[in-house]
Amino acid sequence: MGVAKYTKDEKGAIKTVTYQSGIKVKPVYGPEDLEKAGFDYDKDLGAPGEYPFTRSLHPQSYRSRAWTTRQYTGFGTPAETNERFKLMIANGQNGLNVAFDLPTQMGYDSDHPLAQGEVGRVGMAVDSLKDFETAFAGIPLDRIGSGLTINAVATIMMAMYQAMAEKFGYSKTRISTTPQNDILKEMIGRGAWIFPVEHGVRLVGDSIEYAVKELPRSNPVSLCGYHIRESGATPAQEIAYAFEIAKAYIDNVVQRGINPSEFVGRFSFNFNVYGNMWEQIAKFRAARKLWAKMLKNEYGVTDKKKLFLRGLFGGGGSGLTKEQPENNIMRGAYYALGAALSGAQTTALCSFDEAYTIPTPRSALLSLHTLEILMDEVGLRDTVDPLAGSYFIETLTLEMEEKILEEMKEVEDLGGMVGCIASGLIQRKLSGQAYEFEKGLQSGEYKKVGLDPGSKDNDPGATNVELHEYNDKWAQISKANLKELKRTRNDKEVASTLKALENAARFDENVMPYLVKCCHAYATVGEMAGVFRQTFGEWKEPDFY
Amino acid sequence: METKNKIRVLIAKPGLDGHDKGAKIVALALRDAGMEVIYSGLHQTLDQIIQTAIQEAVDVIGLSIMSGAHLPISEKLISMMKEKGIDDIRLTVGGVIPHQDIPGLKKMGVAKVFPGGTSFDDIISGMNSLFE
Repeated sequence: MGVAKYTKDEKGAIKTVTYQSGIKVKPVYGPEDLEKAGFDYDKDLGAPGEYPFTRSLHPQSYRSRAWTTRQYTGFGTPAETNERFKLMIANGQNGLNVAFDLPTQMGYDSDHPLAQGEVGRVGMAVDSLKDFETAFAGIPLDRIGSGLTINAVATIMMAMYQAMAEKFGYSKTRISTTPQNDILKEMIGRGAWIFPVEHGVRLVGDSIEYAVKELPRSNPVSLCGYHIRESGATPAQEIAYAFEIAKAYIDNVVQRGINPSEFVGRFSFNFNVYGNMWEQIAKFRAARKLWAKMLKNEYGVTDKKKLFLRGLFGGGGSGLTKEQPENNIMRGAYYALGAALSGAQTTALCSFDEAYTIPTPRSALLSLHTLEILMDEVGLRDTVDPLAGSYFIETLTLEMEEKILEEMKEVEDLGGMVGCIASGLIQRKLSGQAYEFEKGLQSGEYKKVGLDPGSKDNDPGATNVELHEYNDKWAQISKANLKELKRTRNDKEVASTLKALENAARFDENVMPYLVKCCHAYATVGEMAGVFRQTFGEWKEPDFY
Repeated sequence: METKNKIRVLIAKPGLDGHDKGAKIVALALRDAGMEVIYSGLHQTLDQIIQTAIQEAVDVIGLSIMSGAHLPISEKLISMMKEKGIDDIRLTVGGVIPHQDIPGLKKMGVAKVFPGGTSFDDIISGMNSLFE
């Protein structure tokens, strides 16, 4: 997946090129193409840092500041995660991107039967505030921001981050956290959902409202086109669906009497970088422009900075192959080049061994260094938006804008994203697309190096890479810590804070302040999520066929 | 097992991992190859998977595991299948499976292993070969 469709003549010359979003590419572009597309410099581009921000969010872009790098980190125990955080910061990383294990993501404590075999496996295990105190010890929380890859229980982790910072003496007004907190995309892609759709959206609304009132430097939602793309969406759908999901959250908060201008400036996005490079570049430029236009025209947002599409353009997981995994190092470099040419504000790269396992320290550093080479060695910081004015890129950006709008209209004509996800319509559509892409890859219709159909080099797993091994001790340590916690904490305070949380959940009061109190009382993630499970119930997936 | 009947497959996602693209596209491929495919949905306990397998009278269970927990999950499921007396149902495992784990899975009784990157053709013929 992630490659264009080519037809060739008998001599091997390319006859047609069709991108995944459905755009046909011509052999040559000239001034007449821009004219035909109605290209207007002031309307379509404008100066960097000026509306509609197609060129860049900032007038000087990378001249003033290189991109922020946020490699996804976290595994095992909070103590080990803390070591890895410090390693990444010592190596120049300026923001954290925290991975949680599956039990934590699903709101189960380490001693829950469903957590068996999963504690600390794909991220760090968190049961209570104690674990956050260990994981973030010695991290300058007023200088380093933390992305938290957590969705169904994002409200709990946001509250815990605040409680932890307060324990370490930082005011909640000085810390910056970006929980992923995009539950609708979990229902399309990644699958770490718990509660029914409407309750999921309500919790997102609670966290946004709370951030507006109490956490001025935190970004309550990171909208992830990323996973939607990984699930089979085209680049145009990736942007369109993320924007439609954003609208669902905006509508929830607006219903609470809050003006969009008060919070949309704190949304951030996470978009994918793999695939045809030109298509990705056009996608990012069109996305910045469309987001600004949509906020201005549909929501009346006027303050310039609140129109910014901030985000992480990175990852690229679905572009990587298990076959010949070292090739993924080069793939990652080119994906990152595309992100840099699009003016990505923040980035991260999947490591070359991620098709197998959690990155080893060596592969994580390779990714980080790949990103540094672009900024510090080969000249990506030299000038702002170097591709601007290219007949090809500007035409493609306009075409991409149209495709994204078409996809958005389709969802809106069906009544909006919440309904499309609740009925399973989007999920079925993307599974079908993913299946077609995969068939195309296997038949050789789409070309990927190292994936030639029938090649003897294709033995999956034939190349042995160094693996990050699972360690049973993680579960033992977590369970022992949990037992000790339950022995020493104040049970009365835990019970009363959980009771107050239940009332808030039931009577539609914002749950955030109650969660902060639960965290300070050392209530566990499983206990807090358990209150939500009882109150909201659990989502039942719509039929797949 | 009558080979003339359609093979009934339960594609199942055990445990907490939510990456279901692989499971879903394999389900579509097996269905297009003429098999009857039931998809379990996400976050299934092993008990639920066994219940569904019995209810749907499947011939084969295809576990999709991305989290790295394929060894303990397969081992547990096999012992539960034996307990329930349904170990005539064949078990296959796909997902993120490192090469070096395949012999271990086979040894505990997994009939076929399809690590990520296995072609649809190989999965389909692998499934068919279980009933020839």
